[in-house]
Amino acid sequence: MRNWLLAAAVCALYLLHQDVWFWNAARPLVFGFLPVGLFYHAVYSLVVAVLMWALVRFAWPAHLEADADSADTVSNPTAGTGERA
Amino acid sequence: MYLFGTRIWALGKRFGFMTPVQMYRDRWECGHIGTAIFAVQATLLVPYIVIAVMGGGTTLNAVSGGVVPYWFGGLVVAAVVMSYVFFGGMQGTAWVNTFQTVLFLTFGAAAIVFIGVSIGGFPQAIERLADAPETAALLTRERVPPEFFFSYMLIPLSSIMFPHISIFCLTARRMGQFRKTVVFYPLCILAIWLPCTFLGLAANAMTDVPGIESKIEARATLAAERETLSPAETADLQRAAAGDDVIILMLEHYAPLWLAGLLGAGIMAAVMASDSQILALSTMFTEDVFAWYGGKARFGPAVQVQTGRLFVVLIALVAYVIALQAPPGIFGIAVQYAFSGFTALLPLLVAALFWRGSTKWGALAVVAWTAATMTAIAILQAVVPAPPPGTVVPVWTVAGVDVVTRTPGGTDVLGYMPVLPMLLGSSLLMVVVSRLTPKPAPATLDRYFPDRSPSPRP
Repeated sequence: MRNWLLAAAVCALYLLHQDVWFWNAARPLVFGFLPVGLFYHAVYSLVVAVLMWALVRFAWPAHLEADADSADTVSNPTAGTGERA
Repeated sequence: MYLFGTRIWALGKRFGFMTPVQMYRDRWECGHIGTAIFAVQATLLVPYIVIAVMGGGTTLNAVSGGVVPYWFGGLVVAAVVMSYVFFGGMQGTAWVNTFQTVLFLTFGAAAIVFIGVSIGGFPQAIERLADAPETAALLTRERVPPEFFFSYMLIPLSSIMFPHISIFCLTARRMGQFRKTVVFYPLCILAIWLPCTFLGLAANAMTDVPGIESKIEARATLAAERETLSPAETADLQRAAAGDDVIILMLEHYAPLWLAGLLGAGIMAAVMASDSQILALSTMFTEDVFAWYGGKARFGPAVQVQTGRLFVVLIALVAYVIALQAPPGIFGIAVQYAFSGFTALLPLLVAALFWRGSTKWGALAVVAWTAATMTAIAILQAVVPAPPPGTVVPVWTVAGVDVVTRTPGGTDVLGYMPVLPMLLGSSLLMVVVSRLTPKPAPATLDRYFPDRSPSPRP
């Protein structure tokens, strides 16, 4: 359930990049100099970082690390002379 | 990085891969198709090296007040980058990258503060832009079609397909090292794009800077006289209006010489960002071509290294020649060619990691499609000159609908950047061709997709 919520949050945030609501608006100028559309995308980047933190904290694919650690690294099977298409 | 990078790391750890092509060759049991993937990846890296050469030429030319010619500045940057990549290797390049980024961010912050103080504060400058009818649109996206902006949502998908990023993922010591990268990546990107975008915007208010004033005049001439200008005049005006060096022009005007020099060094650090790509090219050539076709076994590791370096010098020479001829607009070149091309290759990685049914022929179709579309765009843009700002040239019209248009910044397909049809086409080809062609052996598939269901109790 938690993973589904995080996946939905990723999709929602991806769509929120297309901020049509600030398309033609320069004002308000945030802090007196930052057009609101630019400010939106600065905040957007901060929110993305928070979501990434949540993914790392609650849905980190630790099984990949455990699998790799438990399996012996095999020699690179593609080294050598190519013979296939 | 979170979704793909961790899985690439796991495969690198388990099977000892160093390059993405080694992974694709093993996953799909192919040889020469892997070479085709290498060729397209290497070709797509050329535009990235081109923009570094252009950035170096433009920056040194602007910093020196025109004393250092563009061609020499680009040559210096290419030579410096290649020298420290050759002698420093991956660790040396990583340290140089770290130093460059710290330098750029530090002096970039100093540039913002200094320019802001020198002009009496940014609020007045932005208010002037907002109040003037001819500049108010710069503070919004009213001149940016939503389809065009939407296309940019696909561009970041290219990042994991850049070979140097894949190589970093394959060769990282611990997967846990990705955690901080995943979280801090959006913040670091913010620290770079926000000051650059804002300073580029604010530059329009600094008409007391001679270099910027002439750019604004060139842009106004382009807009007002676009109907009567010849292609050569249009190209000259577009070059004069290009904004790649506005931050340096602002620094030259507002900062004392010593500070402008330091800040210029920070910008030079940013434009030398092609080092990781050059290192990746060298690694890929030596592993995916030289060693794969038996060169390492026949001639030894010393010749392998030298051959890799020779290959990189040749690629850099090609990039340098292109940079001397390329039109202005560094960002546009990167987006149209390098980023769009690598985004179109994304189905390779998705299919290799997540789809048992994918095949080497599907992979070949993706590579062929990407190469064909990139070539078509390059030819189209060479044959049809860029129109002046605010106009488009229909190239292919069906039933009154402009399907393909030549725009001032490149090419559009139904209003979208080519990256959208390129990605859709390569995804479709991967699915259709894979369904029609034989799968890899079950033993290979079992290595990549092991059965995770619990075994029944005896």
